[in-house]
Amino acid sequence: MNLLIKNSHVIDPHSGLDGRFDILIKNKKIIDIKKNIKDKNAKLINASDMITAPGFIDMHVHLREPGQEHKETIETGARAAAAGGFTSLACMPNTSPVNDSSGITKYIVSRAQKSADVNVFPIASLSVKQKGKALTEMADLIQSGAIAFSDDGMPIQNSELMRRGLEYAKQWEALIIDHCEDLDLSSNGVMNEGHYSYLLGLKGIPDYSEDVMVARNIILAEKTDSRLHLAHISTKGSVEIIRRAKEKGVKITSEVTPHHLFLDDSLLSSYSTDLKVNPPLRTKQDNKSLINAVKTGVIDVFATDHAPHSPDEKDVEFNAAPFGINGLETAVSLILDKLVHTEVISMNQCVDMFSCRPAKILGLNSKGKIEKGADADLTVIDPQKKITVDVHKFRSQSRNNPFHNWELKGSPVMTIVGGKIVYSDLH
Amino acid sequence: MSFGKKHLLGIQDLTKSEILSILETAESLKEISRRDIKKVPALRGKTIINLFFEPSTRTRSSFELAAKRLSADISSFSKTTSSTVKGETLKDTVLNLEAMQTDALIIRHSASGTPHFLSTFCESHVINAGDGTHEHPTQALLDAFTIKEEKNRLKDLKIVIVGDILHSRVARSNIFLLNKMGAQVVLVGPPGMVPAELADLGADIDHDMDRAVKNADVIMMLRIQLERQQKNFFPSLREYRNLYSLTPNRFKKADRNAIIMHPGPINRDVEISTQLADSVKSVILKQVENGIAIRMAVLYLLLGGKEREFTN
Repeated sequence: MNLLIKNSHVIDPHSGLDGRFDILIKNKKIIDIKKNIKDKNAKLINASDMITAPGFIDMHVHLREPGQEHKETIETGARAAAAGGFTSLACMPNTSPVNDSSGITKYIVSRAQKSADVNVFPIASLSVKQKGKALTEMADLIQSGAIAFSDDGMPIQNSELMRRGLEYAKQWEALIIDHCEDLDLSSNGVMNEGHYSYLLGLKGIPDYSEDVMVARNIILAEKTDSRLHLAHISTKGSVEIIRRAKEKGVKITSEVTPHHLFLDDSLLSSYSTDLKVNPPLRTKQDNKSLINAVKTGVIDVFATDHAPHSPDEKDVEFNAAPFGINGLETAVSLILDKLVHTEVISMNQCVDMFSCRPAKILGLNSKGKIEKGADADLTVIDPQKKITVDVHKFRSQSRNNPFHNWELKGSPVMTIVGGKIVYSDLH
Repeated sequence: MSFGKKHLLGIQDLTKSEILSILETAESLKEISRRDIKKVPALRGKTIINLFFEPSTRTRSSFELAAKRLSADISSFSKTTSSTVKGETLKDTVLNLEAMQTDALIIRHSASGTPHFLSTFCESHVINAGDGTHEHPTQALLDAFTIKEEKNRLKDLKIVIVGDILHSRVARSNIFLLNKMGAQVVLVGPPGMVPAELADLGADIDHDMDRAVKNADVIMMLRIQLERQQKNFFPSLREYRNLYSLTPNRFKKADRNAIIMHPGPINRDVEISTQLADSVKSVILKQVENGIAIRMAVLYLLLGGKEREFTN
């Protein structure tokens, strides 16, 4: 059945739409956008106080399947994504076994086809078993559905391997994503190094353990002229290095998470393991610098680094807890409340960073836009809706989210993937 | 006597008057250990468990004796390996012990913040006997008690703490306590172990030991852990000793009534010369004796003994 979204405020920076239109969907595609569309065969959705945007894409999530289904599955992660307003996910390869071969990539693709409400695009590891020694078979992996390459949480320390990876990927303009961290400088730290780590006696991770790797990666991306995306930027130092590189025209892009924008290391005084994340929560100065980087376009996209862990795994002494924050169901409301309603960024920029830019970076040519022929992936937002975050109501299988009980204004209310309503809280 | 806290998690959460109340209580309890019959019935019928997840001689025995001298029943449990290695979580271990109807749990653990974690779900009083590189509150209290005994005050004293401040829970608790009591704290050691940001905790920082000890009233030496050398915090033990060891020559620069302290265990002739460790200026063994009085006071105040039960 056709779907007709009536009278919503359509915002799509890619095609320049910013006004009240109807959207008609047929056979998984958008077939028309204009005022006063009539279609007797269509299911009508009255969205007159809503904003309709091209489907949001979270290019950094951990879905834990295969191997860690006690934390999350592709099915539950996708359901969380739908409830959070996301229509597509790119999932990191640190599953068990690691997604370093076509067999695992195909398995994830087929599990997603069977069980996921949203589009799932696997990211394969750049090195075999994420060991940082030998490159994975890139051509075979791309053929099997890998959308990018990354060793994410086990960042590549060997600069020569990173050089070879970038160089080799260039023949397909394949994307490499790096979690920038010098593991020797981090030296098993568990929180940001600074006043609060000294106060709490927790081992610190200096901010420059990120900065030096951001700098290294930018130099290698420049020399190899390859595409590189920098994951979850958390420091003021990184922002400054990225700004200079972009001014020079290096082909890099970067992302930031809501928790790095809105939380800082002073909160660790509670020793709450829900705040244990890597990169760690930095300082208020870093928050400020990251927000400014979002505003000025130094950072390209919002991503969640959704990292679900079971409640038991987090209910331990601080050092023993795994790193990670569960973010899919709070990201959009946080950005709307903290950045859009406060007029730090416009709704247009918000949509650009959640949808158009991630689609471009990942090469998803029929997504991240509302135009005739594009995929019917849409995120409908009620900018005025007030919510109170309640982790116990999450669709995700895990609960490790530090924004519990936060009151936020603005929320996704309907998620449409391939013309199918996968989540609705409208009316 | 008023003591508002349910747990003793760290010095940082204590008020000045709570600190004074512990010190005063310890003062009246100290003589019990010098009696022929070293026991009063103040905590008769109370059950305490010593949970030591790290090796310890002094602190563990000290808490045991303190509990016994107040007639509490105490059981000690040590486990040098992390509970997660065996598969049982720390929370499960503690809940199982608590099911035996404990009144207090004394915990030492290698992870900072573990006593805080226990306090989120325990019914019993939680007492921090040292958590990672965070705090060791009873050590700071017994140090303050010893300094007060020797100097009659804490306020305005110049107290120099030398060694691996960054990794020392003893130093951290002492900095918090001495600050609250108005003493001047100077931290000395190699830059990696005494980073400049530590000044924000309320201390002056110096990397020149000879300069720092001038006119000091108290010099507190910390044990240097030899494995730190492998992490390049200092190049060699020889160089460490040359720069930061307390030698008779250096000690001469301190106030002539200065005292020498050390939380133990000491590395003789590494951070402190044997001659000084055994000299009349050293109060190291007095610290150990006072440790029992302080721990008796802490147990007594938290577990709610009645004052008249220990007075003659």
